[in-house]
Amino acid sequence: MQIYLPIAEVSVNLFLLLGLGGLVGFLSGMFGVGGGFLITPLLMFIGVPPGVAVATGANQVVASSISGVLAQLRRKGVDFVMGTVLLIGGLIGSFIGVQIFAYMTALGQVDVFVQLSYVFFLGFIGATMFWESARAILRSQRQGAQQIRRAHEHSWMHSLPFKVKFRKSGLFISVLPPLALGAAVGILSAIMGVGGGFILVPAMIYLLGMPTKVVVGTSLFQIIFVTGFTTIMHAVNSQTVDMMLAFVLIVGGVIGAQIGSRMSTRLKPEQLRILLALLVLAVSIKIALDLLLMPSELYSITRLVLP
Amino acid sequence: MRALILALLLSIGPAFAEESLVTGLSRDDVQITADFTGSDILVYGAVRRNSPAPQSPPMDVIVTLEGPSSPATVRRKERNFGIWVNRAAVDLGEVPSYFAIASSGPLDQILSPDDDLKHQISLARRLTVTKITAESMDFWEFLQATQRIGIAKGNYVTQQSGVKLAEDTLFRADFALPANLTEGDFTVRMFLLRGGRVIDAKEQSIDVRKTGIERQLTNMAHHQPLLYGILSLLLAAVAGWGASEIFRIWRR
Repeated sequence: MQIYLPIAEVSVNLFLLLGLGGLVGFLSGMFGVGGGFLITPLLMFIGVPPGVAVATGANQVVASSISGVLAQLRRKGVDFVMGTVLLIGGLIGSFIGVQIFAYMTALGQVDVFVQLSYVFFLGFIGATMFWESARAILRSQRQGAQQIRRAHEHSWMHSLPFKVKFRKSGLFISVLPPLALGAAVGILSAIMGVGGGFILVPAMIYLLGMPTKVVVGTSLFQIIFVTGFTTIMHAVNSQTVDMMLAFVLIVGGVIGAQIGSRMSTRLKPEQLRILLALLVLAVSIKIALDLLLMPSELYSITRLVLP
Repeated sequence: MRALILALLLSIGPAFAEESLVTGLSRDDVQITADFTGSDILVYGAVRRNSPAPQSPPMDVIVTLEGPSSPATVRRKERNFGIWVNRAAVDLGEVPSYFAIASSGPLDQILSPDDDLKHQISLARRLTVTKITAESMDFWEFLQATQRIGIAKGNYVTQQSGVKLAEDTLFRADFALPANLTEGDFTVRMFLLRGGRVIDAKEQSIDVRKTGIERQLTNMAHHQPLLYGILSLLLAAVAGWGASEIFRIWRR
C-alpha cells in the first residue's frame, strides 16, 4: 500500500515506513539513543529528500524519546537535575553548531563534512565502547559478576567549582563537565542532524561516571528537548517537516520503543553496550566506505529552490 | 482597395497548403491524494488541412510532457586525499522535475537540429547552463549526467515511437505519470513535422495539484510554519505518551 507524502513529494510503501519507525523506536527504547543517526540515512535511501529526512527524523525522535522516557520514569531511571544541566549546554551548543553548518554550506562542502563527522565520531565511540564492554564481559566471566562503581573514583572533575549533588546519579561533581558535554553534543547534533544520544550515552558512563541505570532515561530526556528545538527550527526556516511521514514513523516508533525498553531490562548493561557499539561501528564503516570507494555516480544534482 | 484585396489574398494564399494541429487531453488536471500512485494521460489530436496531404516528405509528430522546473547545481566528485569529495560544479538554469518525450520515430531522424534548437523540443535543449568554473569547463559532461540521473530515477522518459499515427491524420500518445510528482503546471507540447522541420506546434497545460489533507498540510507548512512545527511536536508528544499508556494497560 503506497502513501503520498505531501512535503517530501514522494510516494512510498506504508508498511516499509511503519517497519523503519518500529526498528528505530526499538533501538531508542533499548539503548537510549534517539535513532537519528539511523533514521536520516534510511529515509534518504528510500527516496525522501535529505532536508525532509533530517527534519522529519528529528520529529520522529521526539516521539520515541517521550515514549522511552515515560517507560524509564516508572523505573526511576531519569536524573532530571543532570538532564537539565545537559540540556542547557545542549541548546548553547546547538546554536553554535547551526553557525558552523551554515559556514560549511556556504563553502559547498557540507556533505563531506557531515560524512566525515559521522565516520570520526561514530567510529571513535563505537570502537571505544566495544573495547570497554568486551573487556567487561571477559572480566565478569572470569571473576563472576563484579560491578565496578566508577562514580567513586576521584578525578580532576572533583576539583572544579560549582559542585552540585546529582542524587539520582549518585554524583557530587561540578556542573561544568556536564555543561561542556551537553554543549559538545549540541554542536554535533546540529551538524549531523541527530539527537546525539550515541555520543551522550557513552560520555555519561565513561566521562561523568554515571551509573548505567540512569543513563538511558536521562539521555532520552535531554534528546526530547534538543530534537524538539530542531524540529521547530526546521519547520520555520525550511518547511521541511513532513507531518504525514512523521505520523507513520511515530506510530511504528512508539510501539518499537516500548518493546525495546522492556528488552533492555532483560540484558546486562555490558551486553547492551556491546550491541550498541557494534551498531554504531557498522554505520560508521558504511559511511566510511561511501567516502573511500569510487561512487557509481560521480555527479549529483541539488535543486536550489523546490519548484 | 485593390491593394488591400491583393494583400488579403497573398496572406491567405499559403494557408491552402498549410497543415495545423487540433489537439486534446484526456484530462487537464491531476489531483494528488494520500493514496496517489500515479496517473495516466492520453494526448490525442488530428491534422487539419485545406488540401490533400502531401505525399512526401512523411509526416511525424512529437509530444513532450514537462513538469515544473527550478534552477539546480550539478556537482562532480573527485578523489582528494583518498576520499571522494565534491569538486567541480555547474549551475543550470531551469531543470524540469519531470520530462517525457514521445515521438512517431527516432528523434534524430525526424527532427532537424536547427528546429530542435529553435523550438527547444528535446530535453538537451531545455537544459541551459548559467555558470561554469575553471574546473567545470567540460560542462557537457554535467548536462549528460543530469539527464542520466533523471532517467535512472524515472523522471525523464523517452518513448521512441510512443506516438501512434493513423491515416496520416490522427495521432495519440500515452503517458504514465509516476507517483513522485512535483505539484504545479505541467506543459504538454505537440509538434507536427515534415522532413525534419516543424510545421505547427500547440501547447496545453495540465494542473497537477494536491487535494484534501495533502493540500491542507502543505498550505499550513508554508503559511503558518511555527504553528505547523508546534503541531508536529504535539503529535509526537501525544503519540509517545499514548503508546506508553496503552502498553502499560496492556501489560496488566
